[in-house]
Amino acid sequence: MFIINCPYCGEREQSEFKAGGEAHIERPKQPTELSDDQWAEYLFMRKNIKGIQFERWVHVHGCRKWFNMVRDTTNDQIHAVYKMGEKPPIK
Amino acid sequence: MPKNLRINSSNFIDETTRVSFKFDGKTYYGFKGDTLASALIANGIHLVARSFKYHRPRGIMTAGSEEPNAIVQINGNTAYTEPNVRATEIEIYDGLEASSQNCWPNVNFDIGGINNILSPLLPAGFYYKTFMWPASFWEKYEYFIRKSAGLGKSPTKPDPDLYEHKYIHCDVLVIGGGISGIMAAKTSAENNYKTLLLDEKPHLGGTTIYQSSEFNKINNQYSSKWLEKEISKLKNIKNLEIKTRTSVAAYHGYNFLLARENLTDHLPLNKKKDKIRQRLLKIRAKKVIAATGSIERPLIFNNNDRPGIILSSAIKKYSDYYGVVCGKENILFTNNDSAYETAISLFNKGIKINAIIDIREKVNSEITNHAEKIGIKIYNSYTIVDTSGYRRIKEVSIMKLSKDGQSVTGSKVKIKCDCLGISGGWTPAVHLFTQSGGKLKFDNEDNVFIPSKYPSDQISIGSCNGEFDLNTIIKNFNQNIKNFLGIDKTSFEDLKINSTKEILKKNIWLLPSDKAIGKCKPFVDFQNDATAKDIKLALREGFRSIEHVKRYTTTGMGTDQGKLGNMHALGIISDTSGVKMSDLGTTTFRPPYTPLTFGTIVGRNVGEFFDIFRKTPMHDWHVDNNAEFENVGQWKRAWYYPKKGESMFDAVQRESKAARDGAGILDASTLGKIDIQGSDASEFLNRVYTNAWSKLAIGKCRYGLMLNEDGMVYDDGVTTRLDENHYIMTTTTGGAATVLGKLEDYLQTEWPELDVYLTSVTDHFATISVCGPNSKKIVKKVIPDLDLSDEEFPHMSFKNAKIDNIKCRVMRISFTGEQSYEINIQANFGKSVWEKCMDAGKEFNITPYGTETMHLLRAEKGFIIVGQDTDATLTPIDLQMDWIVSKKKYDFIGKRSLYRSDTIKEDRKQLVGIVTEDPREVLEEGAQIVADVSKKPVEMLGHITSSYFSPNLNKSIALGVVKGGKNMLGKKLFIPMKNKIINVQVADPVFLDKENKRLNA
Repeated sequence: MFIINCPYCGEREQSEFKAGGEAHIERPKQPTELSDDQWAEYLFMRKNIKGIQFERWVHVHGCRKWFNMVRDTTNDQIHAVYKMGEKPPIK
Repeated sequence: MPKNLRINSSNFIDETTRVSFKFDGKTYYGFKGDTLASALIANGIHLVARSFKYHRPRGIMTAGSEEPNAIVQINGNTAYTEPNVRATEIEIYDGLEASSQNCWPNVNFDIGGINNILSPLLPAGFYYKTFMWPASFWEKYEYFIRKSAGLGKSPTKPDPDLYEHKYIHCDVLVIGGGISGIMAAKTSAENNYKTLLLDEKPHLGGTTIYQSSEFNKINNQYSSKWLEKEISKLKNIKNLEIKTRTSVAAYHGYNFLLARENLTDHLPLNKKKDKIRQRLLKIRAKKVIAATGSIERPLIFNNNDRPGIILSSAIKKYSDYYGVVCGKENILFTNNDSAYETAISLFNKGIKINAIIDIREKVNSEITNHAEKIGIKIYNSYTIVDTSGYRRIKEVSIMKLSKDGQSVTGSKVKIKCDCLGISGGWTPAVHLFTQSGGKLKFDNEDNVFIPSKYPSDQISIGSCNGEFDLNTIIKNFNQNIKNFLGIDKTSFEDLKINSTKEILKKNIWLLPSDKAIGKCKPFVDFQNDATAKDIKLALREGFRSIEHVKRYTTTGMGTDQGKLGNMHALGIISDTSGVKMSDLGTTTFRPPYTPLTFGTIVGRNVGEFFDIFRKTPMHDWHVDNNAEFENVGQWKRAWYYPKKGESMFDAVQRESKAARDGAGILDASTLGKIDIQGSDASEFLNRVYTNAWSKLAIGKCRYGLMLNEDGMVYDDGVTTRLDENHYIMTTTTGGAATVLGKLEDYLQTEWPELDVYLTSVTDHFATISVCGPNSKKIVKKVIPDLDLSDEEFPHMSFKNAKIDNIKCRVMRISFTGEQSYEINIQANFGKSVWEKCMDAGKEFNITPYGTETMHLLRAEKGFIIVGQDTDATLTPIDLQMDWIVSKKKYDFIGKRSLYRSDTIKEDRKQLVGIVTEDPREVLEEGAQIVADVSKKPVEMLGHITSSYFSPNLNKSIALGVVKGGKNMLGKKLFIPMKNKIINVQVADPVFLDKENKRLNA
């Protein structure tokens, strides 16, 4: 079970958090302009990376804030956490 | 008790306290401090169990948690019974009753032993191969197979014991209280780290604590004496907590560990009462030091499983620690020096050693030379090719090993014995290390897997790190612990160590016999009766992966998880297939390290604490008025209120009729309520609901449908505009938390520019819904000041009001199709206002109704219930609710998905009404709907989602989803049931009052 450093609350147990899938997938501003394929790309396609992955998490049993996390899916090491809207601190 | 089996007084056994216990119905005595195993051996009993598959007689093999054979059922036929208890771990207490497992009628004469004679017919995969044909017969075989298999009997009564969970945070956790662990804990605590030391045994000290040998000395004292003094010093160290009888079960990432602390298992039954039996420790450690030691390996040779064949180190522990002698005529069989320690220790106590059989050529180490000097007969380059003795070993046959160790030569020598100690070297206990995600490397010299890459802030020290002699252990300790803890000095740097180092190593995973392997029984996994032969068969049949071989042969799959034999299984696979050990890897080590009771895992979450449940403010009234309750998420909702003698059907029919004929009252407090405020609140609602919200006037209510981004219906409910920038949204009972979560997600991540704030107020309000033709009169009596005229307070509007000076909100909204008022009031006044409504409604025959009637009434109107009529595959168009989807709005959640190629298909499942040809026939919810019953396979068009007998229409009504149902109005379809086919017809889903006249009746 991870210890996650919530950008708003500090270190907390993983059980206080919920994962929310891949990060940095922006909802299209004009969905109606998109073709079926483009919309499906946004709606369904996720990378599910083995290795360094950018993820959304929410401190659901805490401050209820969403934030982003950089995690290595092979060993669960968390390399960074950062607020929504911020640029990832790691490439 | 045969007195001469107790050989010396021991520091760890209290010979002044006699303990009586029963084994297989017979009473025996041992001493306080004995395990069941040591006490049985002291009574001359070795045969304690029958093996799992062949029902071969088996004895105690080890002195620890790795025991594969001596597993017993304790306190059978009581609520305290527990199967698969290791006799080597359970401490005896007055009144303990233990019995053998896997045998009938008894362990000495077991009918199942016939399997041993039939064993050529029972190879690996036998059950897979035999009973799978014909497939349909499995059900018949299974009963008999299950009966003859299984380890022990599960308790049938509720567990009377108490358990609990405890969180512990520490700087340094030390696992294992042997010499390495004790030195580590002391060093850590002395350097100001808050330290926790755990050991699974009742006493600290590991194997060193009974090591009184000339070959293991520290500062010119026996290592045991030195360690004893160190342990006595631990008491005075601040920062150090020690827990014995505590076994680490799991080591997860981020140094999160689970351990089981055993508090009462060693106490007599009358002292266990009302105490916590076991405690699950949830430990979060900044640093972890694993000093988990190593487990002695057996040797794999023909008939290596007879009672009296014991690990050499266990024999030593029984004599040195418990003061119990395992045999009077001993033979030791080894490939390394440690069996010599046992031999010399026994010899010094005057116990007869008939021979040491060593597969190595003559060794010239200090310890082997000593053994020879004192006159022990040593057979070098010999191996055991067979053993005899049914209920106890009697004799071994040995032969000379060939140069390559693959075969035997010369003539057979037979040597008598009643106890055979075996030692195949040592396996570092790396289980916890690998559980934590650590990677192992293979050491070719010692043939062991040792830790190589640590995944978290941890270190392995001592023999679990592949360090086997005292000198190396202490030297490495000082170096490694200083680095790990970031300190300059330990108090163990100037120790004077005398220890011997092994100079010759030789390992043969499967020892040869003069008989062909097919005629031999060299057991690898003693608990699951898997032999080397089975492993070779699996390889011949094409299994390659170690994980597959494991599952096919069941090697390592017992309750001992193969702690003894897994390395040999790997070795035999490696030898047979030619794949190097380092390439082969190990099977996955999974928690728990030793079995946990369910009680420990569950802790206090039993009975009413199993799951939390939520009650509405009116809950007690419902209970007092005989309500039956329904679980909706965690809520307890009043389901229906049966009167004396009424069935559920009767009650629901009566309630449903009353609600339409007079007045009904429903507790709707469980509906989710989200308070929405902010200058962009209207825009926000526009984006999350399918319909338009900007023009909703203050004081008006509107029904909204919420979709997922994939276009599927997610939730629904009425939202009221309380003020310019203030709304209250209601959600379904089950969806309250997830809807709030979803809305927050969009607000925070997609639309952070919107000025909107969300607060859950579900628990803050009690909601009372009064409906029916008399509802207006009743509400008028409760809130006389409120103008309820249709002009002033029309359907879908809201008013602030006061009841006895308490503010409340009244919404005129309806889920039943009747004229209906919803009173929302501060939760703590809920019950009194409910009672007020009941009093006011008495003259109008007000009838409380539950969720079942609510469901029936809304079905009459064709209103959907999200989650019952929908299942995340239906769009609003599929629900024939096109009217609620705004064509004008540029965007809302899910809009784009409503015209994907898949969602615009005509033959999607669509919600329709279903009526039966026979109006008395009520359909089953979930029943399949078909068009043609003769065509095979029958094509399923859809299913029934809601079905009731409507007392107001006096006929059966149903809703269902049907492929292309929208265009099937009036079409005849069929519902095939087990013993009949029901004729139905597609209908309009609105069965009652299509014109909505009753809303203003």
